[in-house]
Amino acid sequence: MSVDQATVRRIAHLARIAVKDEDVPHLQQELNAILAFVEELGAVDVDGVEPMTSVIPMKMKLRPDAVTDHAGADVIVANAPAREDNFFTVPKVVE
Amino acid sequence: MTQLNEFTLAQARDAIASKQVSAVELTQAHIAAIENARALGAFVVETPDQALAMAAAADARIAKGEAGPLEGLPIGVKDLYATKGVHTQACSHILDGFKPAYESSVTANLWRDGAVMLGKLNMDEFAMGSSNETSFYGPVASPWLPAGWSAEKARAAAATKDKKGLLVPGGSSGGSASAVAARLCLGATASDTGGSIRQPAAFTGTVGIKPTYGRCSRWGMVAFASSLDQAGPIARNVRDCAIMLRSMAGYDPKDTTSVDAPVPDYEKAIGASIKGRKIGIPKEYRVDGMPEEIDALWSRGVEWLRAAGAEIVEISLPHTKYALPAYYIVAPAEASSNLARYDGVRYGLRVAGRDIQEMYENTRAEGFGPEVRRRIMIGAYVLSAGYYDAYYVRAQKIRTLIRRDFETAFAAGVDAILTPATPSAAFGIGEKTNADPVEMYLNDVFTVTVNMAGLPGLAVPAGLSKDGLPLGLQLIGRPFDEETLFSLAQVVEDAAGRIDLPKPWWS
Repeated sequence: MSVDQATVRRIAHLARIAVKDEDVPHLQQELNAILAFVEELGAVDVDGVEPMTSVIPMKMKLRPDAVTDHAGADVIVANAPAREDNFFTVPKVVE
Repeated sequence: MTQLNEFTLAQARDAIASKQVSAVELTQAHIAAIENARALGAFVVETPDQALAMAAAADARIAKGEAGPLEGLPIGVKDLYATKGVHTQACSHILDGFKPAYESSVTANLWRDGAVMLGKLNMDEFAMGSSNETSFYGPVASPWLPAGWSAEKARAAAATKDKKGLLVPGGSSGGSASAVAARLCLGATASDTGGSIRQPAAFTGTVGIKPTYGRCSRWGMVAFASSLDQAGPIARNVRDCAIMLRSMAGYDPKDTTSVDAPVPDYEKAIGASIKGRKIGIPKEYRVDGMPEEIDALWSRGVEWLRAAGAEIVEISLPHTKYALPAYYIVAPAEASSNLARYDGVRYGLRVAGRDIQEMYENTRAEGFGPEVRRRIMIGAYVLSAGYYDAYYVRAQKIRTLIRRDFETAFAAGVDAILTPATPSAAFGIGEKTNADPVEMYLNDVFTVTVNMAGLPGLAVPAGLSKDGLPLGLQLIGRPFDEETLFSLAQVVEDAAGRIDLPKPWWS
């Protein structure tokens, strides 16, 4: 399978990465090189094979549903590029 | 007396224990070595004040007789481990200024045992790369030089921004490998998603182990592909790796995939007899176009293990050739999901836009480098509606088949598997960056199967190429049988003889 330029733009949007028009052709080429590389997987017989969901077989661990650590709001927002008091701030979302 | 930074980790530990040297003296020697080696680009942040404070505290504990297993031993930390209050950016622009309010479990374990942090080590951005050339902080040079290079020529190249012509240390743990090989730290933390510990170890003549998935906690490590990522050490010999892994490993309730099993004293496995151990040689690893010197190295490794009493058997791992393509579906898929969190809101870089959507897109376009953008986009594609079953589910099924190949070999009595670590010796900086991305991916052809199956794998130097560069062998073990790998690797290390690390041309 290979991707066309419209698909490259669609994927970039899905991935929330702005792409300049002049970058689309070489991105298309690079993505197609990778997709060509993985093409041979289509030849493998996977009938009746379960997909791997756990790397090392183990029982899912449970823990009590309780607050285990809470550093405080100041700490949580400390690395924010933009904040007001203990809030993250972003461009207006709802008009 | 040897310069203090030339000690191996075990020698330094013994020198501290016998009061020949203090933690502060040992740390000062390493701080000086790092300052003189900035041309290599191995460290992105140096923390000398913190190191000296930790060393002084270590000396105080030693004086009180409360020394831990790594007391006073200075090490480097790959930039993807969260270190409280210290630069932690996975060498990405998008994490600009990020200083975590918490400590990763693996580094916390190291500090608990007395180790001293010298600083943060360069790496490929988000651990995506095999040459340390995708770092936002620039490439790392290997201390090893191309054939015929003088120290003057190397210093001139190292002084340039792109360091062209010098050799890559491998990646993604390139800073870790380069710093250890250049004796800037006694050992370093690294991480391995497809070969990022073992390939740089092989390129720099150092030893690296990726333990079994679940052996080390991933909590506080910047995530790349969560079902493949695993922490591990790079050090200058097998024993040093064993010592470091014992401290790094262990159960952590904060990582649900961390395994609740006791951590053995891996150092005790060093020197154990390998008589009668069954070593598998997988015929599928004899790939097309493999250089003769890699093949010869592999054959020598087989002979060394045989001479030490191991039984050598040919085995078949029929799905080997599908591991790398399947990896380039699974890893980008998980990466696209893990890296969705970098949106310019909670931490790191923000690039303004007309609305929030454009702010996300601008931030991610500027914050991620080209390789990371490429992998996120591949991941978004293979997970998108209509393609999920054809790509992602199929790749996960192939992963089951890859693991089954190994299980079949182990069920037949094989204790460990011997393969080359990499398909070639180190290449030059800039040599592969403009090529097809797939060419770079082929570096991991021998290592990636191990991540796909969750097994432990160790790279140990075994000889030199015709150009005088280190070449490594890889040992693959049963789940949680790192001890066998250490025993076997020590046999290889002893048989290969001393591989002298390069003299410091960089200072």
